[in-house]
Amino acid sequence: MKKYTYTEKKDTRSGFGAGMAELGKSHPNVMALCADLVASLKLDAFIKENPDRFVQCGIAEANMIGVAAGLAIAGYVPYATTFANFGSGRVYDQIRQSVAYSGANVKIAVSHAGLTLGEDGATHQILEDLAMMRSMPEMTVINPCDYNQTKAATIALADHVGPAYLRFGRPVVPVFTDPNQEFVIGKAWMVNEGKDVTIVATGHLVWEAIQAGELLEQEGIDAEIINIHTIKPLDEEAILKSVEKTGCVVTAEEHQLNGGLGDAVCQLLSRKRPTPVEMVGVDNSFGESGTPAQLMEKYGLNAAAIVEKVKQVIARK
Amino acid sequence: MKVEELKATAAQVRRDIVRMVHGCQSGHPGGSLGCTDLVTALYFHAMKIDDSKGADGYLNFSKEGKGEDLFFLSNGHISPLFYSVLARRGYFDIKEMTTFRKINSRLQGHPATHEHLPGIRVASGSLGQGLSVANGAAYAKKLRKEDNVVYVLMGDGEQQEGQIWEAAQFAPHYKLDNLVAIVDWNKQQIDGSTDKVMDNRDLKAKYQAFGWLTVDLLDGNDMQQVLDALAAAKALLGKGQPVVILMKTEMGAGVDFMMYTHKWHGTAPNDEQLAAALAQLPETLGDY
Repeated sequence: MKKYTYTEKKDTRSGFGAGMAELGKSHPNVMALCADLVASLKLDAFIKENPDRFVQCGIAEANMIGVAAGLAIAGYVPYATTFANFGSGRVYDQIRQSVAYSGANVKIAVSHAGLTLGEDGATHQILEDLAMMRSMPEMTVINPCDYNQTKAATIALADHVGPAYLRFGRPVVPVFTDPNQEFVIGKAWMVNEGKDVTIVATGHLVWEAIQAGELLEQEGIDAEIINIHTIKPLDEEAILKSVEKTGCVVTAEEHQLNGGLGDAVCQLLSRKRPTPVEMVGVDNSFGESGTPAQLMEKYGLNAAAIVEKVKQVIARK
Repeated sequence: MKVEELKATAAQVRRDIVRMVHGCQSGHPGGSLGCTDLVTALYFHAMKIDDSKGADGYLNFSKEGKGEDLFFLSNGHISPLFYSVLARRGYFDIKEMTTFRKINSRLQGHPATHEHLPGIRVASGSLGQGLSVANGAAYAKKLRKEDNVVYVLMGDGEQQEGQIWEAAQFAPHYKLDNLVAIVDWNKQQIDGSTDKVMDNRDLKAKYQAFGWLTVDLLDGNDMQQVLDALAAAKALLGKGQPVVILMKTEMGAGVDFMMYTHKWHGTAPNDEQLAAALAQLPETLGDY
């Protein structure tokens, strides 16, 4: 098992803020919009340096999406930002018609996704957003795993023409990916090569998958770990190639089992290479208040849960 | 264009609308006919658009519309009006109107950019979104210091959507005094009169309370009054506030049996009704 270490923990949303600050310098057409959550989205640095390219939209997300579409028509590259709940479900129709169907080059960049939002509870813990955005034609969907990857994804999206949904979160988590990584949209990252099982993970579950890989190694199980940061378009080649070798898959995500990364992988494998799959995710349930760690434990979204699913899926080979 | 020419153009647009809706036996003639005078006046008189033509003989169209006035149609169901005006203005072949709402057409039931029809900048149909998009476009014009006007047309039933009022508070907040919204205040919607379905009450007072300047257009089916209202709106621009024209129209205007009722909101005429309608509308520019 390849060793991954970290010297600091940071929130992925700060990676977004850092990416925006860089784009403020490098991309004069990039704009930021926000619905009364500037501090939560870590936009202070961008706004300080580029006050003219920031649009405060107030608590009016539907209008914000439309304004972003209007700016995109004019040739700007707007990043419309808020919490994931308010940037997906609340404005699904606005994204569908004014952005995706209209081919507007709008980036929807959202924080506080999933259970790790923590104490605010289920009203804010969106666990269905990947499903909504995956099903929308023309939409690119990205869920990076740490600070560095989120920063790289934020920057990469500015040169990608077309609507995109970038999802990140609130908790501080290990920073373990390369700060100088090249982020290629739609290209999986091989975290660890192995032969017994393929673990396909996204977002905060990637670090958990690495922890699981170390635990499995102690038991003589050699796990291949793939980070799918771009849920759509899915890197089918990377997954199929891995499955040829391992013959079984565990998916892991901070999202409902319905409609997320696991579903995307199952759809691919059932069509192209039927393979036993087990899924780590939230099983048809809302979340609740608690600390991020407590919630990930209670809802089975951690290294221990991945280890258990790996054993189950290997037994099905 | 002079008022008599505009009236003649509007008559032809009305023929196009009725024929298109008849041709596919679906679509929305009522609101289309009601807004014909306004949209004709915008594209043939008020709006500054790029008049250069491409090698194919049609107007050049860029989505960005730099240096141009822009028009957004929020109540997208009156698409036959939009298509007729765009074609008659020279964006595409008038013969393409035969494809309205048919398979493999660029003239979708509701306006779309997806099939790359020149003249369309954003999809509309799901109501309440156009004012927000116009806000963004007007904001961009300000950022770029472009001296142009952004127009957006909405329905009055559409004023029931919450997003309209999100957008209505945005434009004055950012002093979008290059934005002209028009509300088609025909007092009709699918299920009946707006008063009965969901009363809009005093739209003028509402917009004023939100920080807009208002222009009353008492008869949006009188071309001279339409021109006067557009001129009045233009005169109010640049004063730190957006402008809304409250335009009273008659749904179905120009075809007697389609007027004074909501029943022709989304109903197509049969062959006899088509003939009766066309008998009231002079063919001024030649049918498609």
